Amino acid sequence: MKRKLFSFQRFLAIIKKEFIQIKRDPISLRIPIVMPIVMMLLFGYAVTTEVDKISTAIFDQSKTQESREYIDRFVASNYFVVKYNVSSERELSDLIDGGKVKAGLIIPSDYANDIRKNRTPQTQLIIDGTDPTTARTALNSGLLVNEVYSRTFKEEAMKKIGSSALKTPGVSMSSKVWYNPNLESTRFTIPGLVGLILQNITIMLTGFALVRERERGTIEQLIVTPIRSIELILGKLIPYIIIGYAGFLFSLALCVFWFKVEVTGSLTLFLLLGFLFVICALSIGMLISTLAKNQLQAMMVTILVLLPSILLSGFVFPREAMPTAIYLIGYAIPLTYFLDITRGIMLKGIGPEFLWNDIIALSIFMVFLLGLATLRFRKSLD
Amino acid sequence: MEYAIEVENLTKRFGSFTAVNNINFKIPKGCIFGFLGPNGSGKSTTIRMLCGVLTPTSGIGRVMGLDIVKDTEAVRQNLGYMSQKFSLYEDLTVEENLDFYAGVYGLPKNVRDARKKELILMANLAGKEKSLAGTLSGGWKQRLALGCALIHKPKMLVLDEPTAGVDPVSRRVFWEIIHALSRQGITILVTTHYMDEAESCDIVGFIFNGNLINEFAPPQEIIQKENAKNLEDVFITYVERVTNTKVSSTFKEMKFLHSNES
Repeated sequence: MKRKLFSFQRFLAIIKKEFIQIKRDPISLRIPIVMPIVMMLLFGYAVTTEVDKISTAIFDQSKTQESREYIDRFVASNYFVVKYNVSSERELSDLIDGGKVKAGLIIPSDYANDIRKNRTPQTQLIIDGTDPTTARTALNSGLLVNEVYSRTFKEEAMKKIGSSALKTPGVSMSSKVWYNPNLESTRFTIPGLVGLILQNITIMLTGFALVRERERGTIEQLIVTPIRSIELILGKLIPYIIIGYAGFLFSLALCVFWFKVEVTGSLTLFLLLGFLFVICALSIGMLISTLAKNQLQAMMVTILVLLPSILLSGFVFPREAMPTAIYLIGYAIPLTYFLDITRGIMLKGIGPEFLWNDIIALSIFMVFLLGLATLRFRKSLD
Repeated sequence: MEYAIEVENLTKRFGSFTAVNNINFKIPKGCIFGFLGPNGSGKSTTIRMLCGVLTPTSGIGRVMGLDIVKDTEAVRQNLGYMSQKFSLYEDLTVEENLDFYAGVYGLPKNVRDARKKELILMANLAGKEKSLAGTLSGGWKQRLALGCALIHKPKMLVLDEPTAGVDPVSRRVFWEIIHALSRQGITILVTTHYMDEAESCDIVGFIFNGNLINEFAPPQEIIQKENAKNLEDVFITYVERVTNTKVSSTFKEMKFLHSNES
């Protein structure tokens, strides 16, 4: 009696059984729909490195038309929102200490006087540096607003003495930002989020696939049947590929229609590579499932895999800024490659000729992980 | 004589613990073999080795003449196994469970439908085809598990405590089925703690702490040889002999003592 290397019938029996079980378990049916919505909306708005509307306190000692004009410039930049007008430095420092404001602008009492006398008045911008991102934005935009404003004064002054700023020598640089001209951080994070959500859903779904059989004791009955590991693993994978892919399409739809981050490059290519990544992530889950003895263990290993992938894949922080060792670990995470692909296709609109490395890496991961899961699952309870 | 099971010097160790210690026995084809012994004596471990769920540490085992280590898959084709714990899918219906195992054993569709009908009838499951397995009561569950274990018409059936936690009526229904199967020529290996059930077996054997403690023989022979009233007394005598301690009184005596105290 020779056992077939791969029996389609046994494989189909597993797929059918898994579908029935998923159908009867409303939680695993809802996850791929609910999770993209919740995570896209939460992360889409939360993971943004843009800081605007910095709450600001103004200590205007001059209280003149000139000083008000200066303040208006700050407000018009949209980076600063005047929350308080204070009347002493003490009051200002209390507000910053209490976290009520992140920045304070101090205008000296002789501000208007200085301007009228063609002197350069000294204003002061105080910034709460606890959060470097906010502080950097406040500092840069504060300096910019100030410089632009003061240049207009200088130009006027030069015109008065008969000279023009345009005639002075210097280097003029025209800069151009590609792919994301307005430097909106959502255009960077939202497409990445598609990959991250996809990974989370799929790893979680399959992470429990085999463990559940072990916990309920059904694995023992399965072992005594002629089923082969590869049939079992692939058969369990198929239904989750469909669910995972549905989740992927769902988050992509949210990305395009809700967040208005459109796919610049080939949609077909992106859908195809999304499929590759779904299988890759599912295989990670399947491998976890062969390692864990119960659902609790599976849960812990899943978290152990998910957390580093969020931080090290370049989803939030640019990998280029990481120390070499950490940077290299990123290469061991499939999400890293898919983020490259996602941002490449969605933002840059590049084709496969620029993405070969990532595609090959993902393919290798898929074959390796699936193979390992199949080998790890031996038909015995030893 | 042709044997359904042959076991030679079979041993299974888990670390430093020896679960099954160098056991030898042979079971002829077509009989019902009752494998008896206290909890944790090595019954389930022996069974799991025979089914290829556990790998023996040493020794040889043959089922229907096939080596349990080298020809594991062939052994499995010949064998229907019902594990101690109910191990079918509770979130699948009776019919879906049968369908699943039919598919996994590679039954063609026409054979499958006929076989399913046959098994539902045999296991008294008629009318429950669409019920979820999880909602069935103990006796029904066990009969469904039996049906699934028989789907591929195995030559041997291995049942690990099939009637644990099952009511007296359901127990009798279940054993009637076992005897009917035996009449069809299927060899049956069954473990149980119910000695009335064991007395209806063709051969019984006792295992304790991983060691066999008697020559396998028909129950009546053993009862006569030990000069006991029934197999329950034999069981207790054996345990007392091996452990060298008296196993307290009969249940009747316990009740008598109790009512005197109060």
